[in-house]
Amino acid sequence: MRYFLTLVFVCLCHSSWAQEWEDREVFNQAGAATTLRIISSTDTELFAPLVEAFVTRNSDIAVEYLVTGTADIDKRFRETPEAFDIAISSAMDLQLKLANDGYALTLETLSHPAWAQWRQSLFAFTSEPAAIVINRDAFAGLPIPQTRQDLIETMRARPDTFQGRIGTYDVRRSGLGYLFATQDARASETFWRLMEVMGGLDAKLYCCSSDMIDDLSDGKIVVAYNVLGSYAQAHADGQNSLHIILPSDFPTTMMRTALVSLATKKPAAAQQFVEFLVTYQPNSPDSTPALPPLRDLEVGPEGATIVLEPALMTFLDTLKRSKFISEWENALIQN
Amino acid sequence: MTSSLDVSGSLRNRLMLTLIGGAAVLAILLFFAVRNYAVLVAQQGQDNILAASATSMLDAATIRDGFVELDLPYSAFSMLSTSADDRVFYAILQDGEFLSGYQDLTFSENQTFQSDELRGSTVRMISASRTLIGANNRTEIQIVIAQTQDALSETLDQISRNAAFLGIGFFALAAALSFWATSVTIGQLGKLTSSVTLRGPQDLSPFTKPVPREMVPLVSSLNSLMGRLDHSLSQSEDFIAEAAHRVRTPLATVRSYAEATLQRVDKEENREAMRSMVKAIDESSRAAGQLLDHAMITFRADHLERDDIDLVELVRDLVQRMTPIADMKDLTLSLQGDERVLCSGDPVLIQNALRNLIDNAMKYGPAESSIEITVSDTPRVHIKICDHGRGFPTEEIENLTARFQRGANAKDTVGSGLGLTIARDVAIAHGGEIKLENQPEGGACVTFSL
Repeated sequence: MRYFLTLVFVCLCHSSWAQEWEDREVFNQAGAATTLRIISSTDTELFAPLVEAFVTRNSDIAVEYLVTGTADIDKRFRETPEAFDIAISSAMDLQLKLANDGYALTLETLSHPAWAQWRQSLFAFTSEPAAIVINRDAFAGLPIPQTRQDLIETMRARPDTFQGRIGTYDVRRSGLGYLFATQDARASETFWRLMEVMGGLDAKLYCCSSDMIDDLSDGKIVVAYNVLGSYAQAHADGQNSLHIILPSDFPTTMMRTALVSLATKKPAAAQQFVEFLVTYQPNSPDSTPALPPLRDLEVGPEGATIVLEPALMTFLDTLKRSKFISEWENALIQN
Repeated sequence: MTSSLDVSGSLRNRLMLTLIGGAAVLAILLFFAVRNYAVLVAQQGQDNILAASATSMLDAATIRDGFVELDLPYSAFSMLSTSADDRVFYAILQDGEFLSGYQDLTFSENQTFQSDELRGSTVRMISASRTLIGANNRTEIQIVIAQTQDALSETLDQISRNAAFLGIGFFALAAALSFWATSVTIGQLGKLTSSVTLRGPQDLSPFTKPVPREMVPLVSSLNSLMGRLDHSLSQSEDFIAEAAHRVRTPLATVRSYAEATLQRVDKEENREAMRSMVKAIDESSRAAGQLLDHAMITFRADHLERDDIDLVELVRDLVQRMTPIADMKDLTLSLQGDERVLCSGDPVLIQNALRNLIDNAMKYGPAESSIEITVSDTPRVHIKICDHGRGFPTEEIENLTARFQRGANAKDTVGSGLGLTIARDVAIAHGGEIKLENQPEGGACVTFSL
């Protein structure tokens, strides 16, 4: 089974191979003096309206938009920081570590609330909760789970329905999945129980939100745990079968962050882009699938939004990471 | 006399400069003391947090099945959050071998804390270690944590600003106090100066008012100087009086001999010589008398004794006594004015002064004329003596009361120049004055007011 799963990752996550991209698109190619190279984990589909709005206002700047996974962004950016002007990622921990390690340019003049930026070099511009997305058809006649505990009980009650039809991130390959998993683990022991139940039901592991949601739409899986709400929303708008649950026991909200490479040759244009990013609010969110705007920090009992602080580096420590991964593997990969 | 004094510097400026300079030095010292102390405290704060972080990391290290496990606590980094989002680096080493973290983090010194440069920033580093004891092995875990000092320098900037304000405030306050202290100190000298300046010209008595201890030598030297001056002045006055007295008696004898001889001489040229001789003797004895008067007045004016007197009666008595002399020169003395003018004063002195003034009027008044003496108490008590002589020379009217000063038009008249001086001294001793003027229709007027 383990070999089979590995094969699945290789197929699904082919883009993590060097010099290949999940997606690549150039905006405003004609007649632009400057080209910004942006490496991002956000699907082009979601991010395109924003970039188009930017190049409409700044016709002299073209944007080359490269999409890859969060872990891959970190790897490529560290290898060739001069190849990219801006890095945008949902993996806050990896982004913070990039900034901490001195890969980010300080933008002194950019005004942004203290909780949404770090060292004036890492800027948050969205608030996106981790969601449980279910296929409504599979839950026909069942109550919709509202918490992780509900989900555990539902799955235990009907193992036949869920056997092999549960999806979650492979935290070993996805930076965002690892961030969500570690923050969940910090918040509650329920996470580990959930992982064990999912492991018992032969959960499928994915590298990326989009792949997981595609399989959910196709009915290959019926539950996707810790999917990005924004991606699910984009799909759910077209399909009635998808239902998004923001778990009410403890929410985990991530902020998408951008940083300008210290090695950039176009600091002015890059700063212009980041400034646009943090101030842009879509006019009609219904018509275009846009990213959710930044929400003020909700300081709940668990701390709903992950805080931008050096503590994010804790789980990136190799010892800590290998310990966490082995616990995760023990729970989730049981066969 | 004052204009020729050689001025060298200013006590006030010297005192002010010393005090303000001292305040400036103290303010600067204060600034650095506060700042250094703040640096120490702020650094200690950061060190404490680093130490706590390192301790919590070390506590998480365990040996399991012979392998080291280090379950980094989230709080270890969380507690290193600062307002300036300082960067954090760390390294975990086992027996000197790198295990995890930042490999370029090296800790050279054999001490707990150290400041160093790392990735372009100044960092504060801590090194802490712990020995783990397993079933059959011992191993040492070392933790090195480094943190940039942006928040620290922000805090220090703020403290430096506040310390600078404190220093400036201290300096301003000290400068104001110096100014005040200097004024008060120098004010004592000013007080002494004004009390010297305000003294009457005859007043040579010692200063008796309390003075600050530091000024006692100066004031006692001044007192001793004035004492000697007073002594030598009174000695010379005594000498003059003694001399005048000694001269007057023989002169009277010589005069009576000359009078007698004049009766016996027949030759006209000899008689003329004898007359000149008598006249010269008169002049000398008159001068000697006036010198005596002056000495007496100087003495009595210093120890003025006031009696209640009727000025009209005093003048009338004087006029009666002088009428025979006036008759000899064909002059009439006429007394006018109020019936009674009461005042307080030394009758001997006042009579002496008035006699000199009437004497002067009789000397300069032409024969067959009258001398009007008016006594009145409006607007203040005064006696006015007017003659019909040639009047005072107008250009010298201010100086005539000086001792031995005589009018330019009085060369042909017998006189010592002491008469007006005596009258003036008496008037001043009584708090009054003497005023000289010429009448429009001719003749001089002297107003003696008390």
